[in-house]
Amino acid sequence: MAKVTIDGITIEVADGTTILNAARAIGKEVAPPTMCYYSKLKTSGGYCRTCLVEVSKGSEKDPRPMPKLVASCRTTVMDGMEVKNTTSPKVLEARKGVVEFLLANHPLDCPICDQAGECHLQDLSYEHGSAKTRYEFERRTFDKINIGEKIQLHMTRCILCYRCVKTAEQITDGRVHGVLNRGDVSEISTYIEQAIDNDFSGNVIDVCPVGALTDKTFRFKSRVWYTKPMDAHRNCENEKCSGKVVLWYKGEEVLRVTGRKDQWGEVEEFICNTCRFDKKKTSDWTIEGPREIDHSSVISANHYARTLVKPNEFKLNEVNPITE
Amino acid sequence: MGKKLLTEHINVPGIQGYEVYRKMGGYASVEKAIKSMKPEDVVEEVKKSGLRGRGGAGFPTGMKWSFLAKPEGVPRYLVCNADESEPGTFKDRYLMSRLPHLLIEGMITSSFALGANTSYIYVRGEYYYIIAILEKAIAEAYAAGWLGKNILGSGYDLDLYVQPGGGAYICGEETALLESLEGKRGNPRIKPPFPAIAGLYGCPTVVNNVETIAAVVPIVNQGGDAYAAVGIGKSTGTKLISASGHINKPGIYEIEMGITVEDFIYSDEYCGGILNGKKLKAVIAGGSSVPILPTDLILKTAAGEPRIMSYEGLADGGFAAGTMLGSGGFIVMDESVSIPKNLWNLIRFYHHESCGQCSPCREGTGWMEKILHKIVDGHGTLKDIDLLWELQAKIEGNTICPLGDAAAWPVASAIRHFRTEFEEYVKHGDKIKDVKYYFHTHNMDPAAAYSSL
Repeated sequence: MAKVTIDGITIEVADGTTILNAARAIGKEVAPPTMCYYSKLKTSGGYCRTCLVEVSKGSEKDPRPMPKLVASCRTTVMDGMEVKNTTSPKVLEARKGVVEFLLANHPLDCPICDQAGECHLQDLSYEHGSAKTRYEFERRTFDKINIGEKIQLHMTRCILCYRCVKTAEQITDGRVHGVLNRGDVSEISTYIEQAIDNDFSGNVIDVCPVGALTDKTFRFKSRVWYTKPMDAHRNCENEKCSGKVVLWYKGEEVLRVTGRKDQWGEVEEFICNTCRFDKKKTSDWTIEGPREIDHSSVISANHYARTLVKPNEFKLNEVNPITE
Repeated sequence: MGKKLLTEHINVPGIQGYEVYRKMGGYASVEKAIKSMKPEDVVEEVKKSGLRGRGGAGFPTGMKWSFLAKPEGVPRYLVCNADESEPGTFKDRYLMSRLPHLLIEGMITSSFALGANTSYIYVRGEYYYIIAILEKAIAEAYAAGWLGKNILGSGYDLDLYVQPGGGAYICGEETALLESLEGKRGNPRIKPPFPAIAGLYGCPTVVNNVETIAAVVPIVNQGGDAYAAVGIGKSTGTKLISASGHINKPGIYEIEMGITVEDFIYSDEYCGGILNGKKLKAVIAGGSSVPILPTDLILKTAAGEPRIMSYEGLADGGFAAGTMLGSGGFIVMDESVSIPKNLWNLIRFYHHESCGQCSPCREGTGWMEKILHKIVDGHGTLKDIDLLWELQAKIEGNTICPLGDAAAWPVASAIRHFRTEFEEYVKHGDKIKDVKYYFHTHNMDPAAAYSSL
């Protein structure tokens, strides 16, 4: 066991735990944001650099601070380590920089993007970015590609987190999907535009933090905050599929089916394409009840019971960057 | 003449071939190491020699070797990094094409010290003719019994392979090199684990530069203490410097560390002064990635002492007033060089070579290049200069591998030392194309410079 102090809060975690997971064990207040790390995927993380933290004391044995900021998702804790996340101005400055870099080539087409409302990049820039951009050059654009019958890839929105690449590597057989080219023209693509065709390919939609990979059966049907999420399950014939999903209703109609995401926005269990794309009738499912959505999420906007804020707790300026 | 430890016999006719190389005392270090030393002794000698990595970072080689994990039943690898692609650096090409057997001898001795039975030389793809030279030399070494099974009857086996790279600068980063060697996309790995624990095929691996491995030969031959006696302070031994730019005698020089920079640029033994009698403006002292320094800071340190060619000497003053020895790519610029144009050229290179894994480098290098292009084209604003400064600060230290730093340092130093020149570009807009660049001193008053036109 190792004792680690993050932003002044001490916690004891098993050896080999990453700083990020130790911070998540403490709670949302100290957990660094992540764009590429995904707890269900091995070797994910380290690319986006949003989870950089400052290690002000290396360990009990070697108390020297680490010279550079480290990616908390890939750095393991040592006994006696002291980490600064939101209490370090250096970290906040670097994170602001990362957000700016991620948005430099992002089209910001949120008004027509299906991911809007559940987009990690939106949340990240809302919390850590600035209201204006200093990038004044043409942004890189790509044509939309259909990878498989039900999935559309819109590379222009991609932030190259590599999550879908890891998903394709680890939970689907026969890898036909990876990264082409390098630098700021690198792109996610399939092997000579081959369609991805296997039972679990739909999960790349769930792991995508932005709107680069979207569900073609849901595209432009509705804004996510107008839908009502319900937990549901079925006995899926596919052994690898958990069958535990969230149904997104609009009225009586199931608009889309996704995996269940935890408080960090990562799916709890992967689901198969049959559950995701083909089972869109209420009769296919056993409904468990309304899905609890984090109250800071815009998706919870129309679900009053969970988002009731008492008037004296409501502060406009705290959460509204437009008033800047 | 300074002492030469690597290139003493480089001009002997036929030294590329095995016969002549052996006659000039070649392969003595292998004989000495395998017959009379234990692997630990060789590591000990290298530690004593104070040899530091010649690829750029200057990490003590002996210490790197002693970090190598040695679990039972797992192979260990030695990989030679010959993916020399840093603009301004061409010493490894010279060494490998002229003295291929020196590298092979160093590889055998070093592999023996590390207990590696398979070793690789990862050669830059553009050096296709060197691959042929190395493979011929390796075949000769096999034929003479220096490679293969049971070398010199000691029971030690070693196989040596040459692997051409695919032509990416990033593959010179050691973990990207290992990925590429494994046949994957050459993306740097996220560290830890370091290659000493999990490197090639997940096994403990040491990655060393060509010159570092070549330096093991004189260290074993003469002993670590004798090697440490050459050089100055913690910068022991000799260093190959690739001198290029506006000098009378560009080329490769093996210098004993400790000579002054002024001596190196102006003496006839080395660069022989500035071309056409012009004035020196700036020097990039260790390959394109290191900070650029103006005349007054490269010849003298901030404290006014003469600057010395060594790891410590060039780093004197930190990044505010110093630079790095790096890989020894010594680029000299005379007064006709435009620093913003030069910087744009360098950043264009880093933008092109960024692997695209981590966001600060992927987006930042492209952004910086576009801003520099705008400034050089005469459309820049003063805000752009500040923005460049902020961008480089946000890239530096926040990336997976050192390529982000390598792109940030030239920008930071150029703005730090030559800000007035960027401002001139901004003020004079399009007309700047007709103006010659006579700002030869550090932050010289531009009005004075223009009046001299």
